[in-house]
Amino acid sequence: MIDTSEIIETIRMIESENLDIRTITMGISLRDCAGPEGGAARKKIYDKITSHAENLVSVGNEIALEFGIPIVNKRISVTPIAIVAESSHEEDYAPFARTLDEAARAVGVNFIGGFSSLVHKGYTRGDRILIASIPEALAATERVCSSVNVATTKTGINMDAVRHMGEVIRETAQLTKDRDSVGCARLVVFANAVEDNPFMAGAFHGLGEPECSINVGISGPGVVLSALKKLKGASFDEVAETVKRTAFKITRLGQLVAHEVSRRLGVPFGIVDLSLAPTPAVGDSVAQIIEEMGLESCGIPGTTAAVALLNDAVKKGGVMASSHVGGLSGAFIPVSEDQGMMDAVQRGSLSLEKLEAMTSVCSVGLDMIAVPGDTPAETISAIIADEAAIGVVNNKTTAVRIIPVIGKKVGDIAEFGGLLGKAPIMAVSGFSSRTFIQRGGRIPAPINSLRN
Amino acid sequence: MKAIVTVIGKDRVGIIAKVSGVLAENRVNIMDISQTILQDYFAMIMLVDLTEMKLSFSDLSEKLVEQGNTIGVQIKIQREEVFKAMHQI
Repeated sequence: MIDTSEIIETIRMIESENLDIRTITMGISLRDCAGPEGGAARKKIYDKITSHAENLVSVGNEIALEFGIPIVNKRISVTPIAIVAESSHEEDYAPFARTLDEAARAVGVNFIGGFSSLVHKGYTRGDRILIASIPEALAATERVCSSVNVATTKTGINMDAVRHMGEVIRETAQLTKDRDSVGCARLVVFANAVEDNPFMAGAFHGLGEPECSINVGISGPGVVLSALKKLKGASFDEVAETVKRTAFKITRLGQLVAHEVSRRLGVPFGIVDLSLAPTPAVGDSVAQIIEEMGLESCGIPGTTAAVALLNDAVKKGGVMASSHVGGLSGAFIPVSEDQGMMDAVQRGSLSLEKLEAMTSVCSVGLDMIAVPGDTPAETISAIIADEAAIGVVNNKTTAVRIIPVIGKKVGDIAEFGGLLGKAPIMAVSGFSSRTFIQRGGRIPAPINSLRN
Repeated sequence: MKAIVTVIGKDRVGIIAKVSGVLAENRVNIMDISQTILQDYFAMIMLVDLTEMKLSFSDLSEKLVEQGNTIGVQIKIQREEVFKAMHQI
């Protein structure tokens, strides 16, 4: 007989601490859908997605019921569309985005990622067209997510792409300005993007991946918070140990669900992403975990150390619990998806600069950051350049998902609605990075990339 | 296939009888029962064997939830693997 207290603990984690599976994401290769005729390619794409993912949602719901664990999102990621659409003779890839949107709607998933391009060394024709199509693609669809990789540790930073993306983000903001520039909430700029990330908006199905795979993202900030509340006054050794053990349990659930989804769908299991992903729900906040460690408000001195401890303990606990760990795997700090983060911004203790520091020790980057609508494209590019530098020099993934909310300024709140929540507009430096960004070219790869 | 049934709620007469009634009706064998008090609430945990059951898991789950609503307690059934996975190395 299983220990009663363990059963009660599990039930409590699910019922009152917001433990859930954040996403099961099916990655689908669209490499074989490429062809010279755009319409035919799109038909192949639609058919492939709808046939592979036909049962994703229903199987997800079945498993959620049987295991008694909410599986909050079912999503799809595909091969970067720049690669798939490139063989077609078309000059605009927004129709491909529409196809992805329709396919997502048909199978019932709420997001589909992969309207993407990998340009860390330079652009191909397909990359150029894809990136130019991003603003319209995002404005015209509801479920499509887009990402562009502009840097890697091995190749350095493509500063032409960085400059371009600042403009693309502004254009996307303009086209969706009637909805608080929500298009930008589905656009991520990466350094060292990974091929198997299950989370949106940066998910895509990388070129080294198989035909189809299942990747799972778990969520447990509420559980970690609860565990820490019992450790008032305890030393950091004990805090780290507790987070580690808690992460183990949370990840084990992800592993169990991943295997079961994979088995029932007949699709290979890819990875479990260990990221601690918050939601705006009460108690499900990473910022609150940081505050529980003893900081009056998230963002004050001590925050970077706290996030470093958290991120590391989550990885150590999670890695034992899963046969294959991947994706981003670390603490998430998306401002609009974490009530504690939003409160800290409004209190004035959390700034963009501190968030940047935090990204050097945790996984994700500057995520879901709303900034004033008049922020210049070059400033946005410079923010991307800084994040890319952190990622490239430290051999980790970093990303920027920034939303210049047209018509709003510091102190206002942007409302994105639905899954994307809302965000307080954060202050950005008013000094100009224009001359810096206009230089263009490539920042060479750092010396530590020479590992052979 | 084994599952864990948890019953949580304010204590009253007949909880065990009513819940076991639903299980017996559907040929679900109770292998072990444990009871504990969690704050003011009554919590019962049963390890059950679903091998002989003719109903689907979701149908059984629905019946238990309904029964729970009638009695005034929360009943949940989950496959055993969830607990094994989380608490055993």
